[in-house]
Amino acid sequence: MLLHDLAHCRAGDKGNVATLSVFPYDERLFPLLLREVTAERVREHLAEFVAGPVVRYELPNLAALHFVCHQVIDGGVTTSLALDTHGKSLSSRLLSLPVNAAGDVTGRTATR
Amino acid sequence: MQTTRIGCGAGFAGDRIEPAEDLLRRAGLADLVLECLGERTIALAQQRRLTDPGGGYDHRLPARFERLLPLAVEHGVRVLTNMGAANPLAAGRVTRALLDRIGARVAVAVVTGDDVLGEVDLDAPAWENGIPLREHGEIVSANAYLGADAILPALDAGADVIITGRVADPSLFLAPLAHRLGWDLGDIATTAAGTLVGHLLECAGQLTGGYFADPGHQDVPDLANLGFPLADVAADGTAELGKLPGTGGLLSRATVREQLLYEITDPAAYRTPDVVLDVRAVTVDEHSRGVRVAGARGMPRPDRLKVSVGYRAGKKVEAEISYVGPNAAARAALAGEIVTTRLNGLPLRAEVLGGETDCRLRVAAINRDDAVLEAIGDEVESLYTNGPAGGGGVRVHIGEVLGIASTLIPRELVRPVVTLVETADVAP
Repeated sequence: MLLHDLAHCRAGDKGNVATLSVFPYDERLFPLLLREVTAERVREHLAEFVAGPVVRYELPNLAALHFVCHQVIDGGVTTSLALDTHGKSLSSRLLSLPVNAAGDVTGRTATR
Repeated sequence: MQTTRIGCGAGFAGDRIEPAEDLLRRAGLADLVLECLGERTIALAQQRRLTDPGGGYDHRLPARFERLLPLAVEHGVRVLTNMGAANPLAAGRVTRALLDRIGARVAVAVVTGDDVLGEVDLDAPAWENGIPLREHGEIVSANAYLGADAILPALDAGADVIITGRVADPSLFLAPLAHRLGWDLGDIATTAAGTLVGHLLECAGQLTGGYFADPGHQDVPDLANLGFPLADVAADGTAELGKLPGTGGLLSRATVREQLLYEITDPAAYRTPDVVLDVRAVTVDEHSRGVRVAGARGMPRPDRLKVSVGYRAGKKVEAEISYVGPNAAARAALAGEIVTTRLNGLPLRAEVLGGETDCRLRVAAINRDDAVLEAIGDEVESLYTNGPAGGGGVRVHIGEVLGIASTLIPRELVRPVVTLVETADVAP
């Protein structure tokens, strides 16, 4: 199962720092995200795009994980050589992360 | 409890205009904010001002205001915008002329003082890379992010249209909220609450289902008719977010939470000129009429203001060619090898975009030498008759690159000024 099946994600950018916030469709799956979507796994998954550390903030009140990725390789918007100078597509790349949801998923996944 | 209604009618310089017209006609707003000034936009605008002393404001301002100000005047809505960009006074005069032409006697105020090119320490290291600012290239602009305190005097003076250059985006919302609701900007609880509302609204359609749809997975109704957001803000700082009935889009706990964390690098400390906002305890409750947010917390405003410094970074060339059908990716890769071999060590990026049977070689480089940029474009174009089979659709684009670096400036070095624009023909 991919993270895309369970969660949505928004990317933002501040200079060469990317922010990625991840929200489970079913908020009861927040513990699964806490377990599966670690800073280390995000860093490995995005290693081609992020050179620096990845810091994870946990926001149980919002059922959200917020990742701050430093030294985005194509970052900086203005002087980036990438097609997507903002790194907007990092959110979709993160959603391709495989997650082990055996035993956790009983109800809905994607909603609306 | 007293409440006031504020809307966001633009979230970036190129945003749609109809949603703001709809808000002005139907929403019963007290204030409408048009947030149109990206980080880099002001450096581009500064360049235009260098060649045209009367220019340098958002070039879409006349078109946007032609459509919106008559409605704002008719419905008694105050309008705040950062479309002044690098020349708020010129923007103010253009706006005054437009209002005079339609016979509207409303007051126009301009906020300046964000231009700190003369005050900023260019030997200071940039946040982004630690390299002194002046070593990045020729500096063209330095603008401090002003806060709500810079805007309030314009509101106290009775202005109906307020035009700024660089101010922090949430401050464009906090100032009118504080003015309507009698908030003291020194009160951290309400300043945090107003900043949260501004942060949520400032990207307009991104709160109401724009930038959210993933077809068949998370669907958003009628995106072609996306409604922009409004908020009913109470004197205690709680806000009811909504959008007009009959508009497209989606306003939900999900869309609001995405926008809440958007571009925040520390949820406990989002720094604006007005407050250091902590969103960790914010509550987002979806109900039948909209979404209610509350629970913003804060710490006192920072002593120093962020400054965006624009510098000339050279020019960028982007050159592309397509390959389709069987073995397309291999042909595109071969095309890339040919270009990099012939350009022999020039710093550039060559990549194949797309799938195995429908893809595009893209070559990009930034350089200060026009001859180098043209050579890169020429090499991609010459693949037509010298490269792999079946290449087509060459496009080459060369454009100036303005880089942005950031630093801080002590607050006392920044002196905001409010000017009421009473005639359209004051010299620059």
